[in-house]
Amino acid sequence: MSILGNRVLRKEDPKFLTVGGTYVDDIGLAGALHVAYVRSTFAHARILSIDTEEARKAPGVVAVYTAADVDLGPRPPEMPMFNQAMTRSLLADDTVRFVGECVAAVVADTRARAVDAAELVQIDYDPLPAVVDVETALRDETLLFPAAGTNLAMDMTFGTDEHFMDGCEVVVRHQFLNHRVAPCPLEVRAASAEWSPEGRLTQYSSTQAPHGVKSGLAGALALDEAQVRVLSPDVGGGFGAKMGTYPEELLVAWMARRLGRPVRWVETRSESMVGLGHGRGQLQEVEIGGSRDGRILAYRLNVIQDGGAYPAIGAVLPFMTRTMLSGVYDIPKVEFNSRSVVTNTTPTVAYRGAGRPEATAAIERVLDMFAAEIGMDPAEVRRRNLIQKDAFPFTTPTGTVYDIGDYVRALDLALEAADYPALRAAQKQRRESGATKQLGIGLSVYVEITNGMPSSEFGAVEVRPDGTVVVRTGTSPHGQGHVTAWAMLVSEQLGIPIESIEVVHGDTDVVPRGVGTFGSRSLQAGGVAVNQAATAVVERARQLAADLLEANPDDVILDKVGQRFHVQGTPAAGRSWKELAAEAESQGGLTAEVDFTAPGPTFPFGAHLVVAEVDTETGLVEIKRIVAVDDAGKILNPMLAEGQVHGGLAQGVAQALLEEVRYDEDGNPVTANLADYAFVTAAELPSFERIAMETPTPVNELGAKGIGESGTIGSTPAVHNAVCDALVHLGVRHVPMPTSPQRVWRAINEATGKASA
Amino acid sequence: MIPAAFDYVRVDSVDAAVAALTEHGDDAKLLAGGHSLLPLMKLRLAFPSVLIDIGRIEGLSYVRQEGDQVAIGALTRHCDVNASPELARHAPLLAYVAGKVGDPQVRHRGTIGGSIAHADPASDLPAAVLALGGEMVVTGPSGQRVIPATEFFTGFLETAMSPEEMLTEIRVPTATAGHSYQKFVRRAQDWAMVGVAVARYDGTTGVSLVNMGPTPLRAAAVESALASGASAADAAEVADQDSEPTGDANASPEFRRHLAKVLTRRALEEAGL
Amino acid sequence: MKVSIEVNGKKEEHDVEDRTLLVFFLRETLGLTGTNIGCDTTNCGACTVIMNGESVKSCTVLAAQADGQKVLTIEGLGTSQDDMHPMQEAFRQNHALQCGYCTPGMVMAAVSLVHDNPNITEAEVREGLEGNLCRCTGYHNIVKAVLAAAGSGGGDL
Repeated sequence: MSILGNRVLRKEDPKFLTVGGTYVDDIGLAGALHVAYVRSTFAHARILSIDTEEARKAPGVVAVYTAADVDLGPRPPEMPMFNQAMTRSLLADDTVRFVGECVAAVVADTRARAVDAAELVQIDYDPLPAVVDVETALRDETLLFPAAGTNLAMDMTFGTDEHFMDGCEVVVRHQFLNHRVAPCPLEVRAASAEWSPEGRLTQYSSTQAPHGVKSGLAGALALDEAQVRVLSPDVGGGFGAKMGTYPEELLVAWMARRLGRPVRWVETRSESMVGLGHGRGQLQEVEIGGSRDGRILAYRLNVIQDGGAYPAIGAVLPFMTRTMLSGVYDIPKVEFNSRSVVTNTTPTVAYRGAGRPEATAAIERVLDMFAAEIGMDPAEVRRRNLIQKDAFPFTTPTGTVYDIGDYVRALDLALEAADYPALRAAQKQRRESGATKQLGIGLSVYVEITNGMPSSEFGAVEVRPDGTVVVRTGTSPHGQGHVTAWAMLVSEQLGIPIESIEVVHGDTDVVPRGVGTFGSRSLQAGGVAVNQAATAVVERARQLAADLLEANPDDVILDKVGQRFHVQGTPAAGRSWKELAAEAESQGGLTAEVDFTAPGPTFPFGAHLVVAEVDTETGLVEIKRIVAVDDAGKILNPMLAEGQVHGGLAQGVAQALLEEVRYDEDGNPVTANLADYAFVTAAELPSFERIAMETPTPVNELGAKGIGESGTIGSTPAVHNAVCDALVHLGVRHVPMPTSPQRVWRAINEATGKASA
Repeated sequence: MIPAAFDYVRVDSVDAAVAALTEHGDDAKLLAGGHSLLPLMKLRLAFPSVLIDIGRIEGLSYVRQEGDQVAIGALTRHCDVNASPELARHAPLLAYVAGKVGDPQVRHRGTIGGSIAHADPASDLPAAVLALGGEMVVTGPSGQRVIPATEFFTGFLETAMSPEEMLTEIRVPTATAGHSYQKFVRRAQDWAMVGVAVARYDGTTGVSLVNMGPTPLRAAAVESALASGASAADAAEVADQDSEPTGDANASPEFRRHLAKVLTRRALEEAGL
Repeated sequence: MKVSIEVNGKKEEHDVEDRTLLVFFLRETLGLTGTNIGCDTTNCGACTVIMNGESVKSCTVLAAQADGQKVLTIEGLGTSQDDMHPMQEAFRQNHALQCGYCTPGMVMAAVSLVHDNPNITEAEVREGLEGNLCRCTGYHNIVKAVLAAAGSGGGDL
């Protein structure tokens, strides 16, 4: 019986549950010093002077550094398409550009003393006007980088057809802010560095991509990559925000070299809320046109992306928004243009979904507005425009080629599971009775792209002479369960139980190459690599067994139950894995390495239905039901896949309902800790109703697509639509996200002509 | 995350606490459960140089019925207030409200005295004691005095206690004729965006507001409207009359005023009016 | 100052700075790094341990306050795969953890919650875990695990 497709419990868990994981800050390095960063308290200001005298004299302080001390030049923007004048110094040089930017570093013998001394660093600022929102940024009245001559980091123009909406009976336009959110992995950023006497760096990093950090460190410190070892032990979540290499991490290595002692750093949550990159932050002008019978004919999205103070991955994500522009719908004409600007706020990065949730949110929300405009049920409008299942591979107007899908079925499954007609009847009853608490039903049908830009991933399988297996993977799990999943793939092919299969990741000395875990790529990139390596090991062993048995390899079969190879029909004479591995030891071992690059991305899809109850007096929203159909192709371990969906759903709900990074008009963050930032808890969520659907992709041998981000992408618009749907009979067209009580209250007041402020 | 350095002093009696307060003056803070103070110290928003730990003073954790009052020791933890059978019987509002403070871990440590002495206008228990028309027993160098709840909260995080005084007991009247606490939050663990406490006792109705001004507020206008026979709905319309709500990321002053009215009506209705 | 705290059944006497938080005492003085720190505002619950039979956030208790008390951390609950506490086992069976960071605090909070209320309902579990944040699981499987454990010794101390 195949192990694949089963709910196999995680090999990882006993350790997590009995002694806890080993995270970067759990690893003490002998003689290590501790660093505390002094961060800007201004969103935009010139630094007039920095007085470090008092801090230097404080007990336990070993060094205090400012930009003047750091001999690593400013870093160019992360990508070549950005305005190249938008460089970033590791410690702010003459100008600070967001609250939380590092200005000085204090190194002391204990963490407490470093923090104490950091308070003594005096910085004299000359405040500059703060650019807080993207529209102000576009006006270029205040420039973040005068040398750039503009706040525009990059733009993409694909069309500006004045007659775009010609022939549409109905056109709906609206501006949406897909607001900023904080990724909030439970483990904040941490790094520590130690140099060998020979000048080799060992760096511990809480990252999704250890090999990327290795390259980042080598580049920044002008080292040969072989001189850097990066270890990422257990990582307490990333959600996209731990993909890159942050200035704080590079400085830790630099300081350890300069001081000749190990240096440790861990941020506080309050620092993390301004220092770790934020997600989303896209202002959208949306236009949709169609006929009164519900056919969508034209769809246009123009966006301004908030890149934050220094353009990073976030600033390029509109490209992903464009890739998924028209979603699950067959729309004849589309148009997309984007401008990415810098503002005096925390830089934006990838966050669960990364550019695709923005696309889905825009089209799914405006589709409901279109449905309301023509007086048609939103489910029916969707049905009339969905790409049909016989249309795949389907090329969208923006040139994206979807692999496979059955969107109608996903929608039908969600509607059936939720008993849509009964829900509409209950809603009607509440409306007619004028109940204080109104019912809203929100739909979202989505498609997204995973492994969006396929790159090579490393996988290796080795059978040891004791009959156990070691798997090396370039992916870098931080909760996804690769240790179990990759062991299942190998066990399936080798017949060796997963208990005897060790999966190694997160050590660049042991895993020679790798890319990491993000963009829902791991199974279809790293998993396939491991799977192919397992195939190769089996073939190698078969060959070896054939030699030993003096048989034709084609006649040698692997008895997975017995874990041995023998000639078909003569099971008595055979060779076990153990024997073959011992035999192979002198010939380089029974091992295979694979670098696999997928031929293309995959396109998971699904339909979410949310039932929300909205208190029309207070504006409070309660989520009653979440029905989620998510199709990520062939499922390797349903338990792990469901876990991914659940987490995604919660984060998607959180964006629609609760979470929002906010700044005041001077660029001061007002949600800079977990008391003020409305991180969703168990009490605001219902249990989820998940409906399985599996449409294997032809793109890879496992039939697998990514499942890490789907839940987030589908759920945000479903919640958003549910809240708006509850109020549509009161004349409310739209409530901005997150749909806080105050926003709901204001929307009702505006619709009913009452005053509110 | 790491508080600024301080000296820790543990005392085993009220007298010793008062003596320590007198000795150290403004630099000292009392530490009971620590759940109001330590979070501020970790963010370095508070940095007392001396912490006087009163948490182990014997005999300050109790709930006792005394005539037509219930007396609660200042060191009684929220979880114990919440679970107290005496309070459930004689002042159920207080027991209910204590169960709405923070989360279970906070309630295992935080004390009613600490919460009230901290006098946060967004806090639940001060408003409950106010609605109940309770009183605070404070002990200082010259002995005990009793301060009515209506005179106790004097400003933002300020009370009528002098720096040398310590809150030792809270007294509330027996109030069993109906009660309600409407805590309006986006997330269960949040501080109240607005809260309304109602307690009916002795032929009167006490109404108080959370987070509607610099101090916990008594909704006097609602109380007098009710006294003159107004319906719950009509009385609730004046809930915001003497309030001074501020605006923040969650709510404008106007929205808070609106919420105060809606929640007051619901609270009065739930209390049986 | 000198503190003496019984941690996981073992008396631990150490000299610490007066300002030492219990969580730092556990992690740094004793090297019990199972208890994690996830915030600095007493919101996330990652540092939850059981003190004298009740869940507390060890980031908001001074080591000095814990002096003379009994503290139980994740390391003192079930100590191996074959000897897991019913709550730990329920977390494993129900896939109630992913990155593992919130897990020790979540488990300790859940044990205390079920200890206080063995007949707990789903709504009570959700409310009762309001002080423990998890970013990975969406809480769905955590709630399932706690309910499963409630019927099978999940609150045993």
